[in-house]
Amino acid sequence: MSFHNISVRINGGLEQAVVPGNMTLMKMLRESFALTGTKNGCSAGECGACTVLLNGEPVNSCMVLAVECDGGVITTVEGLAGDKQLNIIQSSIMDEGGVQCGFCTPGILLSAKALLDRNPDPTEDEIKEAIVGNLCRCTGYVRIIEGVKKAARLSVPV
Amino acid sequence: MEKKAERMDPSPIGENKPRIDAREKVTGAAIFADDIQFGNGLLHARIKRSPHPHAMIIKIDVSKALELPGVKAIITGEDFPGYIGLYLQDRYIFCRDRVRYIGDPVAGVAASTVEIAEQAVNLINVEYELLDPVLDPVYGASSKAPLLHPDLGNYKVANFIFPQAGTNISNHFKIRKGNVSDAWEKCEAIVEHHYWVPQIQHVPIEPHVAIARVDENDEITLWGSSQSPFAQRNLIANSMGISQSKMRVIAPYVGGGFGSKAGVSMEALVVAIATKVKGHPVKLLLTREEEFYTAFVRQGLASFFKMGCDSQGKLLAMENKFYWDGGAYTEYGVNITRASGYSSSGPYEVPNVSTDSFCVYTNHPVTGPMRGFGMPEMHAGLEQCIDELALKIGMDVVQFREINCLKTGSTLVTGSKMHPTGLPICLEKAARGIEWGKKNPPSAPNKRRGKGIALMWKAPAMPPNAGSSTWVELAEDGTLTVGVGGQELGQGTFTVAAQMAAAALGVPYEWVRIAKPVDTRYSPYEWQTVASRLTWSMGNAIVNASRDARRQILEIVADAWDEPMEDLDIVNGIVISFKSEKEIPLKNLVIYGLPKNDDQGWRGGPIIGRGTFMPTYVTGLDPETGQGQRAVVHYTTGAQAVELEVDMETGRIEVIKGVSAFDVGKAINPKLVESQMEGGFIQGLSSALFECLQLKDGMVQNPSFVDYRIATSADIPKEIKTYIVEVAQEDGPWGARGVGEHSMVPSIPAIANAIYDAVGIRMEGPPFTAEKVYLAMVDAGVVKE
Repeated sequence: MSFHNISVRINGGLEQAVVPGNMTLMKMLRESFALTGTKNGCSAGECGACTVLLNGEPVNSCMVLAVECDGGVITTVEGLAGDKQLNIIQSSIMDEGGVQCGFCTPGILLSAKALLDRNPDPTEDEIKEAIVGNLCRCTGYVRIIEGVKKAARLSVPV
Repeated sequence: MEKKAERMDPSPIGENKPRIDAREKVTGAAIFADDIQFGNGLLHARIKRSPHPHAMIIKIDVSKALELPGVKAIITGEDFPGYIGLYLQDRYIFCRDRVRYIGDPVAGVAASTVEIAEQAVNLINVEYELLDPVLDPVYGASSKAPLLHPDLGNYKVANFIFPQAGTNISNHFKIRKGNVSDAWEKCEAIVEHHYWVPQIQHVPIEPHVAIARVDENDEITLWGSSQSPFAQRNLIANSMGISQSKMRVIAPYVGGGFGSKAGVSMEALVVAIATKVKGHPVKLLLTREEEFYTAFVRQGLASFFKMGCDSQGKLLAMENKFYWDGGAYTEYGVNITRASGYSSSGPYEVPNVSTDSFCVYTNHPVTGPMRGFGMPEMHAGLEQCIDELALKIGMDVVQFREINCLKTGSTLVTGSKMHPTGLPICLEKAARGIEWGKKNPPSAPNKRRGKGIALMWKAPAMPPNAGSSTWVELAEDGTLTVGVGGQELGQGTFTVAAQMAAAALGVPYEWVRIAKPVDTRYSPYEWQTVASRLTWSMGNAIVNASRDARRQILEIVADAWDEPMEDLDIVNGIVISFKSEKEIPLKNLVIYGLPKNDDQGWRGGPIIGRGTFMPTYVTGLDPETGQGQRAVVHYTTGAQAVELEVDMETGRIEVIKGVSAFDVGKAINPKLVESQMEGGFIQGLSSALFECLQLKDGMVQNPSFVDYRIATSADIPKEIKTYIVEVAQEDGPWGARGVGEHSMVPSIPAIANAIYDAVGIRMEGPPFTAEKVYLAMVDAGVVKE
């Protein structure tokens, strides 16, 4: 087993870690940094619960090796809110009733953030496409989609 | 006075209060079982599982595995002779003599890492003698099939379950109402159909996980993703022969359950392993693959319906045979057989009914409760037959349902009378919502469009005396903490609990906290978070606890003000007198009491209210006829309608619109009720269009999200409508009854009926995949190959 010294920026803070070559980004976040908001639903890149942003792009963190992230910038659900205020996507999905069990929620929030960062005014189909890799078994997606729409509406300058 | 009158109706009941758990969940702060930090002492468990559907264990050799560095303990069934099970104790924690499904646990390993545990599992050598498997429930019920549980007659069983010793039938529930054979002659039309509803899996996005630790006093702590902390305490303690008080279960937020995390499934394995490595917490996290074939799955159902009506469309008779594919162990599933039996008329008044519902052992994955508890599977066929029968006598299917559906006071299949119900209103709302009778043109020339509708009913299926208890405690500032043993699975029960406590005591909703996580050492008893029973049962206990606290508070104040208690009230956290117009905030008295009027001493003290609820009126049913005074606590009823298009070139179904209407008695939080209706409909749609555990020789062929598809955001209809109907439940808090499971019950037949409306074909059962629909259209000559 090889070990690697990596430095990554996680939720704004610069971090260093010694990681085994086979450690996934998900495992590093959950175990080395106790950022347990990133969820493990399948460990196979199929459910989207572990979605985080790597250099602004949504990735299944169970499918990325920690060592690949050396020098990268990572955003997890814990990095979305400011000190006092929730991110507009968090509050909108919450207000619209898009949260039930909450296990898929972190991944959905990050997929939605990646969408709105590159496309501030998405159509309903674009929203559905952005979260198609995030499985949700509770909500039927309806209120999640409404939440993303609301976030877009509130963040687009009138 | 006017100022006070303004404060008179601050009740949060019926208000869309924000979820009490949402902020934690959108920030990643919410703790699920796998998120709990146990430090470096944590060991990891993996399970050696049977690769055969049916075999005798000849020998288990763990010697090589034990030599592997990092392996701390290996256990087999030898160490745990106790049976375990909810309604029927038919399983060992680890197999002792025989394996009955591919995945049956044979040995467990605790090691310092998951990888080492996995290696050790591969080094365990098990010799088997293979036996013929049973892979079909109808065959399994026959006398030709090999016996899977030769000891069935000796298993401990609840007194309302009837195993047939010497067979593979672990429960046989019967209805004999009226005289079915005489009734057929009077029928103008009769339909007969067979359906097959395959096994599916619950697919919570959070896989099963449990962590157990045994301390130096042999006290066991189990942390897990659990719908049933108290049932787990009881069942595991019983199986291991220890006191319930030595078994503590701590259950944080559940990342989706849908029944799969009810009762005991994998939790006993990790407890057993932990007994061999005292002091160490041991974690077992199921892989997604294991989730598909070793956690509970939904039972398969082979159903045979015969039903008839007179020329006016009045249902006269039904004859039903249900063969439930119970899998290897049916400790929980036996009650699904019973529930489907006592609900086997569907939500209709039928004078003559004969039903035989069999729970059959097979060498398939272990089945258990899933959202709807047998009702989606049973209604799938029944509600298609209703359509067929109506069409056969030339009657509109909605009108046929209006005539026959249960109304308040209708005679039920078990002989008792229906309580107040809004089922006819639900039918009307669903029909109107889908614009029944209006034909819309298809969106493209290669498509055909259809509409379908289905009704449902479902009772909480549980022992007659399943109880709830709660407490409410006030803090120095007058805020309220509510202790519950019911579990937040996503359905919103903590939010509804807080609303009800706030309303019943008289404080603002925002002042209420829920004491979480549920911990059997400190939380009040709750049977299980299942059966859509919490809003009603736990709700009643919360009302009782809040009233208890309220009485204590008002007694102190009445004494202090020398006024009768009847003139006092608590509004917005302030005790007020209607008569003297005095007022005092709760915070001034709920911990320290109040000084006596002569200032010589004090009255009152810390306020804590307790409340319980347990139904006392449910009677047994006659084992030969299924007739009795009151089989269940109540039925929630509802209707769904869909509009869809069938692509004639591919067979692909697109559901365009879905309408749901359910009678919830009273919506404590309407937004949460609507959310249940939407989410349940999509889960139902997913089970209708995509989902099936593909079983071959007992092996699940598709244990991954790539091969087992569930609905994604791309699959949902453009339009989803929901209607809340409120015909009060006489013994429900504010009239409320549950709705969590019901919302997926009518989805399969509503979609099947719409497919028939569009292209005139019926299939044996779901999933109605493009391939299956296309081939059925070819078979029926609707399209040419």
